[in-house]
Amino acid sequence: MIVDLPGTTTAAVNKYLVKLRHDIGAMTLGRVLTLVIVVDEAGAEAAIEVANDASRQHPCRVIAVISGKKSGASRLDAQIRVGGDAGASEVVVLRLFGALAGHGHSVLVPLLLPDSPVVAWWPREAPLNVSESAIGQMAQRRITDAAEASNPQAEMRRRADSYQPGDTDLAWTRITLWRGLLAAALDQPPYQPVLAADVAGASDSPSADLMAGWLAQALQCPVTRTRTPAGTGMTSVRLTRGSGNIDLLRPDGAVATLSPPGQPVRRISLGRRELAECLADELHRLDPDEVYAQTLTKGLALIDAPARQKESKS
Amino acid sequence: MIPTAVAQGQNPLRDPQDKRLPRIAGPCSLVLFGVTGDLAHNKIMPAIYDLANRGLLPPGFSLVGFARRGWTHADFAKIVRESVRAHARTPFHQEVWRNLAEGFRFVEGAFDDADAFDVLRETLQEVDKERGTSGNHIFYLSIPPAFFSTVTQQLDRSGLSQGIEGAWQRVVIEKPFGHDLDSARELNSTVGSVFASDSIFRIDHYLGKETVQNLLALRFANQMFEPIWNANYVDHVQITMAEDIGIGGRAGYYDGIGAARDVIQNHLLQLLALTAMEKPVSFQAHDLRSEKEKVLSAVRLPEDLATSTVRGQYARGWQGGEHVGGYLDEEGIQETSTTETYAALKVEIDTRRWAGVPFYLRTGKRLGKRVTEIAVVFKRAPHLPFDQTATEELGQNAIVIRVQPDEGVTMRFGSKVPGNAMEVRDVTMDFGYGSSFTESSPEAYERLILDVMLGDPPLFPRHEEVELAWRILDPVEAFWATQGRPDPYPAGGWGPECADVMMRRDGRTWRKP
Repeated sequence: MIVDLPGTTTAAVNKYLVKLRHDIGAMTLGRVLTLVIVVDEAGAEAAIEVANDASRQHPCRVIAVISGKKSGASRLDAQIRVGGDAGASEVVVLRLFGALAGHGHSVLVPLLLPDSPVVAWWPREAPLNVSESAIGQMAQRRITDAAEASNPQAEMRRRADSYQPGDTDLAWTRITLWRGLLAAALDQPPYQPVLAADVAGASDSPSADLMAGWLAQALQCPVTRTRTPAGTGMTSVRLTRGSGNIDLLRPDGAVATLSPPGQPVRRISLGRRELAECLADELHRLDPDEVYAQTLTKGLALIDAPARQKESKS
Repeated sequence: MIPTAVAQGQNPLRDPQDKRLPRIAGPCSLVLFGVTGDLAHNKIMPAIYDLANRGLLPPGFSLVGFARRGWTHADFAKIVRESVRAHARTPFHQEVWRNLAEGFRFVEGAFDDADAFDVLRETLQEVDKERGTSGNHIFYLSIPPAFFSTVTQQLDRSGLSQGIEGAWQRVVIEKPFGHDLDSARELNSTVGSVFASDSIFRIDHYLGKETVQNLLALRFANQMFEPIWNANYVDHVQITMAEDIGIGGRAGYYDGIGAARDVIQNHLLQLLALTAMEKPVSFQAHDLRSEKEKVLSAVRLPEDLATSTVRGQYARGWQGGEHVGGYLDEEGIQETSTTETYAALKVEIDTRRWAGVPFYLRTGKRLGKRVTEIAVVFKRAPHLPFDQTATEELGQNAIVIRVQPDEGVTMRFGSKVPGNAMEVRDVTMDFGYGSSFTESSPEAYERLILDVMLGDPPLFPRHEEVELAWRILDPVEAFWATQGRPDPYPAGGWGPECADVMMRRDGRTWRKP
């Protein structure tokens, strides 16, 4: 069910939500958080759909804040979606026009669920300093996506400079399985320190940068970052130990091979994770991610410079 | 820069703060006995695919089927594929499938066929070499317990149970763990003579369910429940597992076993243990199991079993718009069968916390609907400052843990009926973790199979628990054996009349789940 409330106020939206709850019954029970999506008109529908998928794991109220033209009179158009049009949640779409477009946080306050966490998600461009932005200040967790930025490298540096506990980036979420596989590989004998590591991935892949930073920070060894053509994603990680190399290769973006020294090559599916899966993952934990913080603020700086030069030559 | 040290159990990539890092097991293969069974088809094979899809299977994982069928590896893959297409929780991805299927092998043979086990050993050695499973093997015995001894002896004889240095061998067994104390001990010594006790994983899939684990969170992570979780406030506890289906094609397994051995001995007594146990020192396997054992060892049957136990057998009746036959009409069941399909039991727990609080356990087939729940029913308020008429409709407060379906927690309490008069009536407050929670959250078997691969035992009952449970049930079974036929009850209802009589005698009633 979709209800349009053009030229409305948040009080009217709230009233309508309560009315729907009374009319339909149990639909709004058991929500665990409010998910605020800050997005432009072009990216709105896709983002709402992803949020609906994720809400099946984490029932939440989804509020999409879409800023329209800043010229003209202030106006709020709202749309409420429940039932089949809203996954396991209820969706409130707020379109802001005129001067109101710059004050999205003001329409959010009355619509947040009582006594439950707020998560803000910028599926595309995010403010320069997310935790200090008006909506970011209201949220316990702020999800950005550096891969969507026009210059991912610069974006990652900005995130590192302005990091506050609760910030997180989907570029980090995307490498969780890779990290799991590498950690599992080190669980096995021979137990030897890693002397060097190399991460190969697209020059525009913030995920590969984070992977290199994570390894550098955790292993305290030289880590090089080999850059492949843009758009190829992450392609390989090599850990060098005294007994040889552990190679995790994903040449085709779907199936990876893991080759520990002296052992047969093992194959495993390692496709790019769906956006909804990544978002659901982010909603799983609402406490600050210390490992991400260290990777971002300390690890990235440890990556060996030569690899960066290699890029400028090629 | 000095590289961080790596040692066994010391992995610099595993930071305790890194809570999102998935637990991926080390390389291993799983040998499945009983490939053609329902359990393998409906649960185990789909769970393995779902794990692969979630990226939680170790690289190179291999699944080896063993059965008396003239199948090729490809035939076996086809069988698994059918099961995955029909029952997997996560969407089917061709790449994931292709990759998983590369590790499928099939060995033809009977359970007593020594040559077949030699072939199995060679197959596993090949798999170790080709796919790098490093000699780590899980033997999943999804077969009737009568074959356990044959299979474990063959595993022993062929050297499969010892494995190579530095590798582990684990065995997974499913209920029933015997049919009484003696047979349980015998079974344990059979399996235990070949595998070390910490390599034996007994699956009680209820313990893998989210809601059951949530029971521990509810009790021990909150301040508002534990203080009243005792005899001062609790009147009684009802644990119900009702099924709407009959025995289907399982006559051979079910007849002679019955509802109490099939369900109460394992599932319901495990749920009782989790509901009634004291706070464990930690959630380590050892501490958790010790608490469960403590409370199970304090469970006592009432002296008069005639008034505190009930058994029934479903008769013909209308169930959910369908006319269904009785137990004695089922194919393969003798007309003289005295096997019970409904069992109810009252037990007490001799601890300070639970003194005088009866625990009622009931289970049955062909009941009103499929539901499993734990209901903690509280005493009435000692004084009600209302007119008698105002609280006439007020029942007892209750906290209900809904295990399946519709997982969640319900609280039942009195509330004023809106209007001029003061009238208090029972209302329920529901917590459900989303209607489709079960779709996106892992199935019990996924969790349990993953735990076996990781060698993580907290969710698996130990042999001592199995023994304690039989100690509770054996006298009841012995008593029933002298009592002739169980009471018939019409299909589609809530069991035999005498079950209600048993509760009425105590001044209580069964909840309608």
